[in-house]
Amino acid sequence: MNLTLKVWRQRNPSEKGGFKTYKISGISADMSFLEMLDVLNEDLSDKGEDPVHFDHDCREGICGMCSLYINGQPHGPHQTTTCQLHMRSFKDGDTITIEPWRANAFPIVKDLVVDRSSFDRIIQSGGYVSVNTGGVPDANEIPIPKVIADESFDAATCIGCGACVAACKNASAMLFVSAKISQLALLPQGKVEKRERAEKMVAQMDKEGFGACTNTGACSAECPKEIKLSNIARMNREYFSASLSTENV
Amino acid sequence: MKLDSKIPSGPLAEKWTKHKFNVKLVNPANKRKYEIIVVGTGLAGASAAASLAELGYNVKAFCFQDSPRRAHSIAAQGGINAAKNYQNDGDSVFRLFYDTIKGGDYRSREGNVFRLAEVSVNIIDQCVAQGVPFAREYGGLLANRSFGGAQVSRTFYARGQTGQQLLLGAYSALSRQVANGKVKLYPRTEMMDVVVVDGKARGIITRNLITGAIESHSAHAVLLCTGGYGNVFFLSTNAMGSNVTAAWRAHKKGAFFSNPCYTQIHPTCIPVSGDHQSKLTLMSESLRNDGRVWVPKTQEMAEKLRKKEIAPKDIKEEERDYYLETKYPSFGNLVPRDVASRNAKYVCDEGRGVNETGEAVFLDFRDAIKRDGEDAVRGKYGNLFDMYQQITGENPYQTPMKIYPAVHYTMGGLWVDYNLMTSVPGLYALGEANFSDHGANRLGASALMQGLADGYFVAPYTVGDYLANLPYEKIAEDHPEFKKAEDDVKARVKQLLTINGDKTVDHFHKKLGKIMWNHCGMARNAAGLTKAKEMIRSLKEEFWSNVKVLGTGEELNLSLEKAHRVADFLELGELMIDDALHRNESCGGHFRDEYQTPEGEALRDDENFAYVAAWEYQGDGKDEVLHKEELVFENVKLTQRSYK
Repeated sequence: MNLTLKVWRQRNPSEKGGFKTYKISGISADMSFLEMLDVLNEDLSDKGEDPVHFDHDCREGICGMCSLYINGQPHGPHQTTTCQLHMRSFKDGDTITIEPWRANAFPIVKDLVVDRSSFDRIIQSGGYVSVNTGGVPDANEIPIPKVIADESFDAATCIGCGACVAACKNASAMLFVSAKISQLALLPQGKVEKRERAEKMVAQMDKEGFGACTNTGACSAECPKEIKLSNIARMNREYFSASLSTENV
Repeated sequence: MKLDSKIPSGPLAEKWTKHKFNVKLVNPANKRKYEIIVVGTGLAGASAAASLAELGYNVKAFCFQDSPRRAHSIAAQGGINAAKNYQNDGDSVFRLFYDTIKGGDYRSREGNVFRLAEVSVNIIDQCVAQGVPFAREYGGLLANRSFGGAQVSRTFYARGQTGQQLLLGAYSALSRQVANGKVKLYPRTEMMDVVVVDGKARGIITRNLITGAIESHSAHAVLLCTGGYGNVFFLSTNAMGSNVTAAWRAHKKGAFFSNPCYTQIHPTCIPVSGDHQSKLTLMSESLRNDGRVWVPKTQEMAEKLRKKEIAPKDIKEEERDYYLETKYPSFGNLVPRDVASRNAKYVCDEGRGVNETGEAVFLDFRDAIKRDGEDAVRGKYGNLFDMYQQITGENPYQTPMKIYPAVHYTMGGLWVDYNLMTSVPGLYALGEANFSDHGANRLGASALMQGLADGYFVAPYTVGDYLANLPYEKIAEDHPEFKKAEDDVKARVKQLLTINGDKTVDHFHKKLGKIMWNHCGMARNAAGLTKAKEMIRSLKEEFWSNVKVLGTGEELNLSLEKAHRVADFLELGELMIDDALHRNESCGGHFRDEYQTPEGEALRDDENFAYVAAWEYQGDGKDEVLHKEELVFENVKLTQRSYK
């Protein structure tokens, strides 16, 4: 198929960016979206033009490195990662607009590459159980009801790609933060620190400049791992109960 | 030079305990005076960095991705083995040890493998304590499944995303130490060289991938946790960024490279669909627990399938060849990876492949769905089925999956002793980057086990033993050796940017991949290997005179990053060929056409090849020198591997 691509190009954070239009032909329906961009980049390189920079790594939908705002939707038309999006989702003659994630807390590095280290800093603020290596109890010493373990798992599948932020008009990171808070708050191992964790992670989220929740649910609707909106409710509950009580008596 | 593996003496089951007692300790108050560099933040790197920081050392952790959480360990699907014997089915540390040695076709060290089996149980405890949500039974206890090559259920799993959950556990431990100020993170930073001063590894040179800045980092020890080199084949299940550069630069600075020809071709991957393909996607081996592998009995039938004149469901039961079940009645579809892959190749070579390219076999869930219901199958493999449908456009609940082997893991890697130290003092290699535990073939669910064993439970002891003898002073970063290494890296960047040829980096990478796959892939022979060596040499020459790398060195430049990596793959490829050519036997993932049993199984030559090949770099374009570490087997009897 033949396509027209409108791609955001920006040499570096300080320079002004803009859309550039490229025609591309010979795209097969079996290609992934990123393989289509590979073809574009080979074409550009052959012509001596700087290839389009975009983040990607595993191309299996799990590392969370690929991003891209495609025709106004994070990761494109399906609820999957861009690397798992295939060209059979598009038609011959289509025009496709490709932008980077747009959020203050995700500054642009180059072209379609953004800096998501704010997510790392949120995890560093409390997204863990404080145990050192060694000296832990036998794995089967703490039975966990299967439904609880499964619910915790559903939250834990978050890949940290940032689509939730990109989907939100307020660029809120609540779905990402609440997924980690939920995963750990549900499990007995994580309960010990759940209040402090909620307070610290929410504080860091605010500090990074993410917006407030709109309650529209766009984040969950666009999440490639289908992280549920109910996690945000759980996060709010943890956060408010933390502000009403203290663990340090 | 005699390679000293430093395996402790004494009975197998007491070696590690004894060694832990004998290693020197660093006083808790003195640990903060040492600085350790960890390159790579996958399971091995993140777990080592976190554990060493918890002990009190200062750690610098480097990764080329934008976040440590993206390392390719994240993509491991199936599970992690541990000798917990929670299922009461006869598992034990010794059985896990035995299975791993046998699965590796008797080409790994007894001492290392036993230690791996021994600490496997601690790994599960550790991960559960971190909040890793492993699969559980209704009673609340942990669930297990059996996995390729094992007859007990010892594999712990988190749906088809075990690697993700384990890595996020290690990443959370790492993040906690970043918050504590004990780990400094360097994302989007690639290691370009190791700095060796007076025979000891004393730091690394890095390139900041955003700014292009070349920087020196001095430390007391350097740990390479940089994964495997499967991308030498261009198409593999590895992430796009996975590369050999860190290990290869270390090799050129004196670290021996072991058994490079041992590569694992995973039997259950989505087949290649065309030339545009950038990577191959693995379908977890766990699928073989319920899926049945087959091809039509006749070539005519296969041809009709390829032309889409008939659908798989039109083929009657008696016209199907469930070749693994027939050939290996006791293991059936669960034979180890190398055996499953080779047999898929055989039936496709016979013209019985089932897709357009003729290089695919069926993995069929019809019977499992009939037996357990679609919901049960969805519960176990839902995400894998979704992924398959996403990529191929076919629904595996209704029509069998098509699979074909693809490069997945590399058993070879930097030579290390029992302490995981390479032949350069102070330089360690952990996880897939070393060669130590899987011999010539890795069993399913053992890579996650090894990465975490090395990082959580081995390196924290053995690195301390080395540091205890080292003065606190660091080498200054303006030392002539740092300066020289920096200049070398800068010169190489400049050289790549000024060749200004007319072929892209990918052009060379694809060509190299084809040579490796055709001549050093699932089956090799002397004639093909000899030819491939010449081909790689001329490709390398062409690369350095005709590659086109656009842009500058002072910005984010993906083609420059890739050019560095492909240049190293070209050199590694040649060494893999040398290694495959010299090993005149078949073992595990290394299958030489000339050496097979009448049934077409790998034919080992224990008399002449029961050793670890360790190659020493001699300089650009020179043949490397082979050192041999004899493998001593005191606890297992070497037999012809049989899964019949």
